[in-house]
Amino acid sequence: MNEESTRPFSRRPDVNRLQAELEVVRARAAELEHQVATRTAALESAMAAMQHTRQELRAAQAQLIHQDKLASLGALTAGIAHEIKNPLNFITNFAEVNAELLDELRETLDGDPDPALTQELLEDLAQNAGIIREHGQRADRIVRSMMAHARDGAGEKETVDLNKLVAEHVDLAYHGKRAQTPGFTVALEPTLADEVGTVEVLPQALGRVVLNLVGNAFDAVQEAATQRDAAYAPRVTVTTRRTDTRVVIEVGDNGLGIPQGLCEKIFTPFFTTKPSGRGTGLGLSLSYDIVTQGHGGTLTVESTEGEGARFTIVLPAVSDVPGATSD
Amino acid sequence: MATKVLIVDDERDVELLFRQRFRREVRRGELELLFAFSGEEALQTLHQQGRADVVLVLSDINMPGMTGLELLQRIKAEPPPVPVCMMTAYGGADYREQARAHDCDGYLTKPIDFKALKVQIRVLVEQQEAQG
Repeated sequence: MNEESTRPFSRRPDVNRLQAELEVVRARAAELEHQVATRTAALESAMAAMQHTRQELRAAQAQLIHQDKLASLGALTAGIAHEIKNPLNFITNFAEVNAELLDELRETLDGDPDPALTQELLEDLAQNAGIIREHGQRADRIVRSMMAHARDGAGEKETVDLNKLVAEHVDLAYHGKRAQTPGFTVALEPTLADEVGTVEVLPQALGRVVLNLVGNAFDAVQEAATQRDAAYAPRVTVTTRRTDTRVVIEVGDNGLGIPQGLCEKIFTPFFTTKPSGRGTGLGLSLSYDIVTQGHGGTLTVESTEGEGARFTIVLPAVSDVPGATSD
Repeated sequence: MATKVLIVDDERDVELLFRQRFRREVRRGELELLFAFSGEEALQTLHQQGRADVVLVLSDINMPGMTGLELLQRIKAEPPPVPVCMMTAYGGADYREQARAHDCDGYLTKPIDFKALKVQIRVLVEQQEAQG
């Protein structure tokens, strides 16, 4: 309270002052209300923008996953195109040879009978038909394996010969790399233990993991070859083995290795050390998911910088050796 | 003397295919076909047969061990010159350029067009006769 309130005749100025103050407060309130409205609008639009960004990110992620599938499919197709042209060469040419043989046979039958030549021509015709069928089946197998890779989803678990699955995908990775990189050389050393036997897996998905790991190993030794002297001998090893309850697949290379501190990061989605446009950073993270979530296994890496890297897949596997016990 | 052509491919059926596609020329004694199933074997065959008598080496590129491109370089590194033609399922420009850079004399993609190949061999034979 100030002293003015004790003076009844000075009421008027007091009311005026209060009125003035009220005006100020009203103006302030209006201003604040306006500010709140502005802020709210700004927040709402920021939220809408964020939601939009999130949607875009999701779409981009889906796109990248798709691209990674396409990239691995691209490497595959290069290998497969090469593989398929070989049987195609035989099919086309032996069919043409047979047409020629038939002409010759017709001439022989029209002219003087020559049983020996007729016999020879018939035998050649039959033999060539067999070759054509054989290479047709070979092409069919190649297309089937390509379709299996292109297919979406993980498919169903099947009991497969693990060494065969590994060998086939190491082969595909090799042909894919050779088709894309002329002059690529590597000492490829598979050591596949006989006792590995059959294992229940998602064949296409696990095949992709092997393809991815071996493909990475090839990239690593190729990179090392550009930085080392002529004495450098690129080497990639692929090993399988079985313990009582597990099967192990190891892919090793003598490339440049993985820098310290990066070993934990390499399984993270979108993390890549490859030049932009080369890798999407999803290969290893997808592989990780396939091994851990798809198979209940583990995928780990060990690396000494400058000496190479080794990736190890461990899958649970019930021993199929008759009479074997797990205890 | 028959003209010798050396065919190098790791696929065994290639021998059967070439023998049948060139059976008339072989029967008439115009052509002798030699086969090697690896780059290493091809170099040996060339050495044994004498390079001068071989009018053409036809080689696949993608073979285990020595690749066709390595074989091409090895052949071109030693006299006398032998024409080398690549015969491959690789249709891409990369390999074609690499082969050209190493003085390759021809580049055929699979499936092989034997009519074109026969023309090419005839041209080479005529060139060699003109030189000899």
